[in-house]
Amino acid sequence: MTRALTESKLDPANAVYNYELPAGEPWLHRVKKGQVLRILDLEGNQAVDTLFYNAHDTAERYSANDTLRAQGNIYLTTGSQLLSNDGNVMLTIVADTCGRHDTLGGACASESNTVRYALEKRFMHSCRDNYLLALAESDTDMTKRDLVSNVNFFMNVPVTPSGGLSFADGISAPGKYVELRAEMDLYVLISNCPQINNPCNAYNPTPAQLIIWNGE
Amino acid sequence: MTDPAVAIRRDGLDPALVVWEEFVPGGGHWSGIMKRGTTLRLTDTKGGANVSALFFNQEEKLERYNMADTLKAQHTAYLTRGFVCYSDMGRVLCSITADTCGWHDTICGVADAKLITQKYGTHRFQEHRNGMFRNGRDGLLVELGKYGLGKRDLVANVNFFSKVSADDAGNLLFQPNNSKAGDYVDLRFEMNTLVVLSTAPHPLDPNPDYAPKRVALTAWRSGTADADDYCRNFRPENQRGFYNTEVLFR
Repeated sequence: MTRALTESKLDPANAVYNYELPAGEPWLHRVKKGQVLRILDLEGNQAVDTLFYNAHDTAERYSANDTLRAQGNIYLTTGSQLLSNDGNVMLTIVADTCGRHDTLGGACASESNTVRYALEKRFMHSCRDNYLLALAESDTDMTKRDLVSNVNFFMNVPVTPSGGLSFADGISAPGKYVELRAEMDLYVLISNCPQINNPCNAYNPTPAQLIIWNGE
Repeated sequence: MTDPAVAIRRDGLDPALVVWEEFVPGGGHWSGIMKRGTTLRLTDTKGGANVSALFFNQEEKLERYNMADTLKAQHTAYLTRGFVCYSDMGRVLCSITADTCGWHDTICGVADAKLITQKYGTHRFQEHRNGMFRNGRDGLLVELGKYGLGKRDLVANVNFFSKVSADDAGNLLFQPNNSKAGDYVDLRFEMNTLVVLSTAPHPLDPNPDYAPKRVALTAWRSGTADADDYCRNFRPENQRGFYNTEVLFR
């Protein structure tokens, strides 16, 4: 099931930031309250693993559980309010041409790859490697302790009424995007997912475009 | 200690192996260490209980239960017998070796003070003493604090005895009557584990009254998983998860 798609009227020519994030790389960036962040799936079916933190107190962070429970639905799309572990609205999804996004599948890691695929997959690049390196090199005091369940934009993780969960072929396509309005000053931590063992990136990780506009 | 009004199920338990037993009142919170090779049985004494649980490696508490790794490794959105609880390090903290209930929620998190007040009204200690309304978030934070842990360590939890499914459109549906009086779930610990629990109401519990249920905890020396173990062989992923775990203890 996909909900009605919502397009944006924002013009990249008016953006204050525009960056092509290569496949498999991390990105940690401040986004101010009122700014709008567009994440654009340039080549299609690219999972963009994303976490959000209150820029003034990073112990307040995105909470997948609270977000899903409050909206009563496990998928994210236009109108979804992304809640923090303190119950505050961190961001609102204001446009979405993909239709739904996952927040149960988490970020891939060397260790979970050994379990999911094979012990020797430990040495493949992963989202959690990206997160750890981005935090280690940042001027924040965040560590692994701050890594929690994230949003996987453009990723398709259907859950069945009988409780089955799978990583399915993507429902995204080249040029699909999602736009989020920041409702507080944020750190946004992204890993442009390097996973090649399942269909989340169509077995071919590709770049994502990150565009920011100032609020009106 | 034993309350004859309470249904304590000891199916398959040799009383000589039981190490301790205690009761957590509805709305309460508890924490303790479970060593590798011991099992903790949670028993719903009244029906309709909820036990919100977190698990940490006792020796390295940055290693903790990871909802996403648990779900995706086993292709499931819920837990029952056969499934295991994975840490973020690809190891098995505990295995579900018995379950008379059939479904334990992994998705919905805990209620906080604001949600409990919205649903049930204000019920403070000042007026109600220990009959005050407690919430899962505060209970888990109190127990975490006893080990130097806090908000940053409060991650996605398991809600034992509660069933919430998703329909084809992704809408969450709380299923009442999932757990009956006497239902139990056994958690066999594969690592030395800090267990943190709250028995406050599930955040989606539609009961208009604040009525969390008392839960019995029974710990016994079960031993570790052998080669034919049901949980180990439940999925090929679990065989690798057990390997990752056991190399720690060689």
